[in-house]
Amino acid sequence: MLRRALERFNVSDLSLYVVGAPIIALIVVGSFATLRAGHYTTRQWFDFIIFGLAQGSIYALIALGYTLVYGILRMINFAHSEVFMSGAYAGFFVASALSRSKFLDSNPVVGLLVIFAVAILTSVGVAVLLERIAYRPLRRAPRLVPLITAIGASFFLQYTVRGLFGSQFKTYPTVAILGGTWTLGANFVIQRIQVLVIVAAALLMFGLYSFVQRTKTGKAMRAVSEDKDVAALMGIDVDAIIVRTFVLGAALAGAAGVLYSLMFRQAQFFMGFIPGIKAFTAAVLGGIGNVPGAMLGGVFLGLFESVGPTLFLDGLKVPAPYQLKDVIAFTMLVLVLVFRPTGILGERLARAKA
Amino acid sequence: MALLEVENVHTYYGNIHALKGVSLTVNEGEIVTLIGANGAGKSTMLKTISGLLRPREGTIRLAGEEMSHYKAHEIVGKGVVQVPEGRKIFGRLTVTENLEMGAFSKVDGAAIAEDMQRVFALFPRLKERRHQLGGTLSGGEQQMLATGRGLMARPRVLLMDEPSMGLAPILVQSIFATLQQLHRAGTTILLVEQNARIALQVADRGYVIQTGEVILSDTAENLRRNEMVRKAYLGIS
Ligand SMILES: Nc1ncnc2c1ncn2[C@@H]1O[C@H](COP(=O)(O)OP(=O)(O)OP(=O)(O)O)[C@@H](O)[C@H]1O
Ligand SMILES: [Mg+2]
Repeated sequence: MLRRALERFNVSDLSLYVVGAPIIALIVVGSFATLRAGHYTTRQWFDFIIFGLAQGSIYALIALGYTLVYGILRMINFAHSEVFMSGAYAGFFVASALSRSKFLDSNPVVGLLVIFAVAILTSVGVAVLLERIAYRPLRRAPRLVPLITAIGASFFLQYTVRGLFGSQFKTYPTVAILGGTWTLGANFVIQRIQVLVIVAAALLMFGLYSFVQRTKTGKAMRAVSEDKDVAALMGIDVDAIIVRTFVLGAALAGAAGVLYSLMFRQAQFFMGFIPGIKAFTAAVLGGIGNVPGAMLGGVFLGLFESVGPTLFLDGLKVPAPYQLKDVIAFTMLVLVLVFRPTGILGERLARAKA
Repeated sequence: MALLEVENVHTYYGNIHALKGVSLTVNEGEIVTLIGANGAGKSTMLKTISGLLRPREGTIRLAGEEMSHYKAHEIVGKGVVQVPEGRKIFGRLTVTENLEMGAFSKVDGAAIAEDMQRVFALFPRLKERRHQLGGTLSGGEQQMLATGRGLMARPRVLLMDEPSMGLAPILVQSIFATLQQLHRAGTTILLVEQNARIALQVADRGYVIQTGEVILSDTAENLRRNEMVRKAYLGIS
């Protein structure tokens, strides 16, 4: 036992610990200092947490698309951020049309459902075309080839949207019922849109998880992700299952696109990039290929990004800590990868399939 | 007309010519064995029949119907079902889910449930472990699961690739007893084995394959007596 442990512990591991340990010390010291100083009220922390949960729910929805496709094809679908963007964009057109015709004010629930439906269908359409045109012909090619294709497809989609609709930010119309806030208990205030984001994401994730665990297609997806040839020997049409996997991931991304746009009130051709990278980070954090891992990783990253800068850095007298939220997010990715290369829930998946 | 007819099949891995014109037949209700040494091309033959590999030349027919243009999953639907070498059960699916995957080409839920009960009757061990993940089973239990999973597809022809591989002799006996039981119930089996001794005990007929070519075919009884087979495959001088 001990010998095995010692053998595993080599010089490069040691140097990683040397980098990781001070960062963790800094986080602990900074958090204590911030809490001791007490510049922030409970209500402010509450706001940070709720915002983090909402943001994290969106990351989680997108992260599921990365993780599902990775699980089944061992490929990072870098164009997934554009699947998200396409949904948000399609949602924008429907939303502004419905807003102009006043339908969104008279029938807000139906209006929102239509926006979501169109966004989801658009994302699904884009993802299915991607799979068919860009990825399927490369199924037997070396792994680097579809990866490069995915990056190319990502640019192609971005600049197609830019060419068609311009590069300016489109402002999402306001939806009256989503404006305003609810007050909970003493003085905790929560925005309605944040409630919608968190609840919708939770329902979608629960739905997805049940689908993968319980339905025939979901079980076949898990079988295909373990071994495609053996799955085919069971009578499973592997290509059809792969398409359905893309469909599921894209549907979640389309919904996430609308939620994101409703929260930040804008859409633009490049809007998928940052959330896409963050969601990919979340998927890796949770253990890529692992469905609950992507959910956990997304929510965790959102919270960390929202609460982290202030909590860790304010007490250390760093000015404007919130500007550093991306640094914090990616530092955490590095830390997790140093101490747990397979991600939070990564099992032995990464090693077994590598 | 034989149920399964393989005629002059050539299969390649890139430039490697793995099957060089193999022909064999399996009649309804028979156990036919394909024996041969490591790397002779036995698994390649089964993968070609199952559609995982495409023959470059030759034909494969099931009850007279040409099969080689069907995809692997469609061939299962036609009733040609393979239990692959090394069992290849789904380690992160439960025993029940593995069996359900075996029945993937079936749609009648009641019939599937009935078949599962039949598999559990054949392998009571699997019933005890039905909620366990496939990856936690022992080698013998995995072979039972792989066989049961194959039966869930209600095969017209069951292709078995080295069921004895890596199992203790007592487990080998029990797996082959099960094969005989299936045979008596009318299942048609093409059995690939390195363990020629036990394969020739249960089979009706056999083919000997060597570097991608069938060098001998006869009844199992005659093959057991054949001088060359005794020397090369049964280790008797
Ligand atoms: N994926 C592959 N790529 C290239 N060559 C292969 C591949 N699989 C098998 N071969 C070659 O084809 C030949 C036949 O292999 P096959 O697996 O059919 O043998 P086998 O009779 O099943 O042997 P074993 O008893 O070891 O299972 C061997 O020479 C092998 O090296
Ligand atoms: Mg073999």
